[in-house]
Amino acid sequence: MPLRILMLDQVIFYFFAAIAVVSAILTVTRRNVVHSAIFLITALLATAGIFLQLRAEFLFIVQIILYVGGIMVLFVFVIMLVNLDVAVRQLQFARQKWVAMLISLALAAQVGLMLWSTGKMPGQGMPVLVAAPVDKLPPNSEAVARSLFETYLLPFEIASVLLLVAMIGAVVMAKKRA
Amino acid sequence: MLPIGHYLFLGLALFIIGVIGVVTRRNVIVVLMSIELILNAVNINLVAFSRLYGDVAGQVFALFIIADAAAEAAVGLGIIIAFFRNRETVLADEMDFLKW
Amino acid sequence: MQGLTQATLEFVKQYWAPLVCGLAIVAVLPLIVGYVVLVERKLMADMQARLGPMRVGPHGLLQPIADAVKLLIKEDIIPDDADKLVFWLAPVLSVGAALLAMAGLAIGPAFQIAKDINIGILFVVGVSALGIFGIVLGGWASNSHYSLMGALRSSAQLVSYETAAGMALVCGLLFAGTLNITSIVQAQHEQGMWFGLLAPVAFFVYLVASIAETNRAPFDLPEAESELVAGYMTEFSGFRWSLYFLAEYTNMIVVASVATTLFLGGWLRPFPRTHWLDFIDFLPPLLLVAIGVYCLMRTPKQPARVQQLFMLAVAGLCFTVAVVLAAPVLLRTPFVNPSLASAAKPFYEGIHGGFWFIFKVSAYLYFFMWLRFTIPRYRFDQLMRLGWHFLIPLSIINVLLIGIAMIAGSYLHLEGGWLLLATIPASIIALIVALFILAMEQKSERQQAGGATPDPYA
Repeated sequence: MPLRILMLDQVIFYFFAAIAVVSAILTVTRRNVVHSAIFLITALLATAGIFLQLRAEFLFIVQIILYVGGIMVLFVFVIMLVNLDVAVRQLQFARQKWVAMLISLALAAQVGLMLWSTGKMPGQGMPVLVAAPVDKLPPNSEAVARSLFETYLLPFEIASVLLLVAMIGAVVMAKKRA
Repeated sequence: MLPIGHYLFLGLALFIIGVIGVVTRRNVIVVLMSIELILNAVNINLVAFSRLYGDVAGQVFALFIIADAAAEAAVGLGIIIAFFRNRETVLADEMDFLKW
Repeated sequence: MQGLTQATLEFVKQYWAPLVCGLAIVAVLPLIVGYVVLVERKLMADMQARLGPMRVGPHGLLQPIADAVKLLIKEDIIPDDADKLVFWLAPVLSVGAALLAMAGLAIGPAFQIAKDINIGILFVVGVSALGIFGIVLGGWASNSHYSLMGALRSSAQLVSYETAAGMALVCGLLFAGTLNITSIVQAQHEQGMWFGLLAPVAFFVYLVASIAETNRAPFDLPEAESELVAGYMTEFSGFRWSLYFLAEYTNMIVVASVATTLFLGGWLRPFPRTHWLDFIDFLPPLLLVAIGVYCLMRTPKQPARVQQLFMLAVAGLCFTVAVVLAAPVLLRTPFVNPSLASAAKPFYEGIHGGFWFIFKVSAYLYFFMWLRFTIPRYRFDQLMRLGWHFLIPLSIINVLLIGIAMIAGSYLHLEGGWLLLATIPASIIALIVALFILAMEQKSERQQAGGATPDPYA
């Protein structure tokens, strides 16, 4: 593979990974909920960048249209509806924060150790599988569409029923009592 | 593509940050946003493995997860709005009306 | 370190053309947008029986530059309790999304910044939808009730019409079979007919939805001058306001380009494969010759010498462009050596393609401006009803029926012009069904509430 593609892959991955992790940390620590939402938007855009780096172009654009352009708009709307100035000055973190963080970090250490020792890690050699080179990949949208409508047609239809149910549920929950 | 470990560690980092957000914050909207972070971490894992094995099923599964996250966010935010209309609060500590 | 420099050099060698094109677009687009605004003001004046800006430069042609300078030297006012980070970020998001969407467009078969994106059209549509955040966050950051309400209304409108626009695009994509922009135009070349003719209802829905998407009249309630001050743009002054303005007009150009690519044949001339209509190829140079001759005829009537020279310069420019346009076409006529004709083909496609694309985008924008000066604006609840109760059912039913028409067409082996036999009845039925649904709903509403005031937040 040409050197520029290798280096480009690495540069893009580290760039988007750094943005994703930093934005995620800022999301869960900001006092102002709107700032949290903005940082979640950047985290989602960085995740979309990772998808693009993995040559999953359809998922990249679906992430942008659905997650950032749909779900986050919904979040921002609701934040503006329930924005309380009082809430900004109160405690942001629950009483159990230290214990909770300790347990989460213990979980992180466990999974990290497991990932580190399976041998598929950078620097530990033994790559059992090698990803297909880039030019041999089929066009992504066609492959996803084929798989979605041939192999996974039933989950697709169930997902549409799920979305219909969620739509009705959200409308009912948020409707004002007449 | 980079060695798979890079993507798995990135997914782990986002997952743990999301989990910390869920169990630590009081504001339920931030809790919902942290759940979205968790789902995104899972998506990164799925797409990385899909690229490694050359099977597009991982991306299709990630697509379903995104659709599911949309549905869940919509219903969750509807519940928050309904609750806010009744009790004027969005802090999880104060939503304790089912306690004895 | 050695590998890094080598990789950077390789990167620049491979991708220098898109980088330069991207920089050129970002640098030149504000100027183009300025002149689009001037054209709009002149058109507005013409439809209102007056002259428009005439003072700055000949016939007001330097007006955009004066406007730009004024906006740049204005004082930058930030409201008192505004959130400074978000106040700074909001116009940047709007402009960034609009400019990024320009990167996926193709003006001719060879003029594309990001070549051969697998998801071409979807990329443009999806990224331009990120502009909603610029509006919502701008309205919130202004710390003013009117701004927030204007922002929420504007973004609700954008989100509502995005669904209808997307379904209309799906209908056009049913014919194309691919999301790649070059392949879509090639599919139209193979059908021999623009998709807007094959699916007129989808084109109509996309037309209306795109007007609403860009907050143009008659859907400009959130930002009209007589309502809600200026909506979400109220507290932004000087350069920040000009960024929002740039974003709005860039969005107009992006939306016009998407409609042109999918429905109006992109860079193809009308009926690209019917050879007895080849004389249409001569129309672009003839049009420019006509404009040049008109300028020449108006030259003696100008009062001052400098204005006469200016008219002569414009006429000369028109004639030059006409010669540039005519050359590839003349070389393709049967009177010339065939090898020369095949060498001229890429020039023909590039130059004439560029001309037709810009012509169609300009026609679309002219239609936008024409509507702005002609139709009164919609009230917000009327706007939402139009989006949800008419356009979305219409576009969904249209997709269904056009799908059925295409299956019928492939069974009966209809192609090109004959496919019209299947799709036009489908479109008409879809229109009738959607109007019927709307009529039934209005009847039931009239029976229900006898005179309740409409809910402005509905």
